[in-house]
Amino acid sequence: MTAALLFAQVEKVATPKLDWAATAPLLILCGAALLLLLISSLTTSRPARGTYAVITVLASAFAIGTAGVLWARVTDAERGAFTTAAGALTVDGFSVFFIVVISLGIALSALLADDYLRRENLDGPELYVLMLLSGAGGIVMAMANDLIVVFLGLETLSIALYVMAGFNRRRAESRESAMKYFVLGAFSSAFLLYGIAFIYGATGSTNLGDIAGFLNANTLEHTGLLLGGFALLLVGFGFKASAVPFHVWTPDVYQGAPTPVTAFMASASKAAAFAALLRVFVSTFAEYRLDWQPLIWGIAVLTLVVGSVLAIVQTDVKRMMAYSSISHAGFILVGVQAATAQGVSAALFYVLSYTFMIVGTFGVATLVSGKGDEHHGLEAYRGLSRRRPGLALTFTVFLLAQAGVPLTSGFLAKFYVIGAAVDAHSYALALIAMLSSVVSAFLYLRIVVAMYMTDEEGAEPGPRVRVPLGAGVALGLAVAFTVVVGILPQQVVHWADRAIPVVLASGR
Amino acid sequence: MNVPEWWYLVLSAVLFSLGALGLLIRRNPLVMFMCVELMLNAVNLTFVTFSRSLNDIGGQVVVFFVLVVAAAEVTVGLGIIVSILRRKPGTTADDLSLLKG
Repeated sequence: MTAALLFAQVEKVATPKLDWAATAPLLILCGAALLLLLISSLTTSRPARGTYAVITVLASAFAIGTAGVLWARVTDAERGAFTTAAGALTVDGFSVFFIVVISLGIALSALLADDYLRRENLDGPELYVLMLLSGAGGIVMAMANDLIVVFLGLETLSIALYVMAGFNRRRAESRESAMKYFVLGAFSSAFLLYGIAFIYGATGSTNLGDIAGFLNANTLEHTGLLLGGFALLLVGFGFKASAVPFHVWTPDVYQGAPTPVTAFMASASKAAAFAALLRVFVSTFAEYRLDWQPLIWGIAVLTLVVGSVLAIVQTDVKRMMAYSSISHAGFILVGVQAATAQGVSAALFYVLSYTFMIVGTFGVATLVSGKGDEHHGLEAYRGLSRRRPGLALTFTVFLLAQAGVPLTSGFLAKFYVIGAAVDAHSYALALIAMLSSVVSAFLYLRIVVAMYMTDEEGAEPGPRVRVPLGAGVALGLAVAFTVVVGILPQQVVHWADRAIPVVLASGR
Repeated sequence: MNVPEWWYLVLSAVLFSLGALGLLIRRNPLVMFMCVELMLNAVNLTFVTFSRSLNDIGGQVVVFFVLVVAAAEVTVGLGIIVSILRRKPGTTADDLSLLKG
């Protein structure tokens, strides 16, 4: 009798329906992480060199492949976007776009990490496992249709990143950067969570679809709680995107972390932060646009100015690039601030081109730094054009793209976000963005000059620079994307245009 | 005795601020870490209070997620702290000053 009762109760538990095809990219990345751990614990001898990196790259490629299948499904006019896992995840063009961006970040960083780990005597599967899981967290953030899922994704992304920052445990700098990142990261996620609590208190739900529905249907008598929630959420996202004034960790952590990890942090982690920011603010809180736009405006201006001005006074190239990545965050925020479909699509184009530029930049830094990950000063780049003409040319392409020189994807990315700001009548912001891009051009040219225009014959040559296969492939891909998209952007623009986030009510 | 709901909200705001202040003021890594936990638990109290006033179970479910995440953070955070303290016992946050510029 009791058994029958128990059985009857068990049968009533409804499990949410999961669309396996929609979650396939996530499952592939997590599965590959488990596979790596399994291989390393079952094999007694060390596997052939590069095995772990190849598996990581293959997993990312598979994830991109399944994303391509999903893309055909969500952009089909008859089927369109949908939610899965009881309204916890949205599958739309936006999710698929970020699955591709983050998987690319994983694959390129894994290619850079391959030789780095052997060089630093840290070879093993752990960094790849953490990278795959962290990337899966980022994808969850981009797909999330619920603020709590955003939080879970953010924590999966961050907790793995804390360990990755301290991965080179023999270097004091690496340990220190892990500690700093951890303390400040935990601090900012507490703020994010408090913001979620405020939004929940104001709207009665954490589901983005329900929140948007509630805000459209009702006029709040007291908006204090909601606006407080906006501010706290912005602290949390601003921290991950390293927007000023939440950027203080960025230079220290970017400098101290192993360089391939920095590449991953600057590409995948920042992309995930912007994915969550765009979905939560631009689409869910669209009704309250006039309340949060001024906040983003202020943050964007600060980020642009501080990022480009402080970059100039640095002497360490990794630190310079950290500040330059801060100013790039400012440009993406210019697109977010516009809060129009054009602004979102410009921000998406920026995120994709930025991913290739920044991974390439830190890839060159990985190679030039030499054994011990030490040579990051400007002097290590002096005369690189004579020692390694190809590498110097590659780095020049990335630097010019970051500066926004025409015929590179960086120019078009800046052009589109500024165009979106002008069309949204944010003229002052567009002007500040253009001026800050002029200021930061000085920084990039300084490195180019150091590489090409040093003729002191007696000066001691910098460390010998080797270009291993994996890193070479990653750099080649990044250069190819930067130049080809700089000349023929139509296809990528077309994708970005169709990847505007949609807000769907949960299918309850 | 019936305690009004906003008392709980004020209490959690006070606890959250104490945690944030403690993190900014204290220099011992372990104490800073405890301050983060205090902030997270203050948020949990907010969630439970709202859950009760909205008569919605969702807010209480959130607390479970937060507890799990906090536990995972503890694991990683303690690992990082131990790896630093093992090299140099008695390290404070002020000693971590290799990276600057």
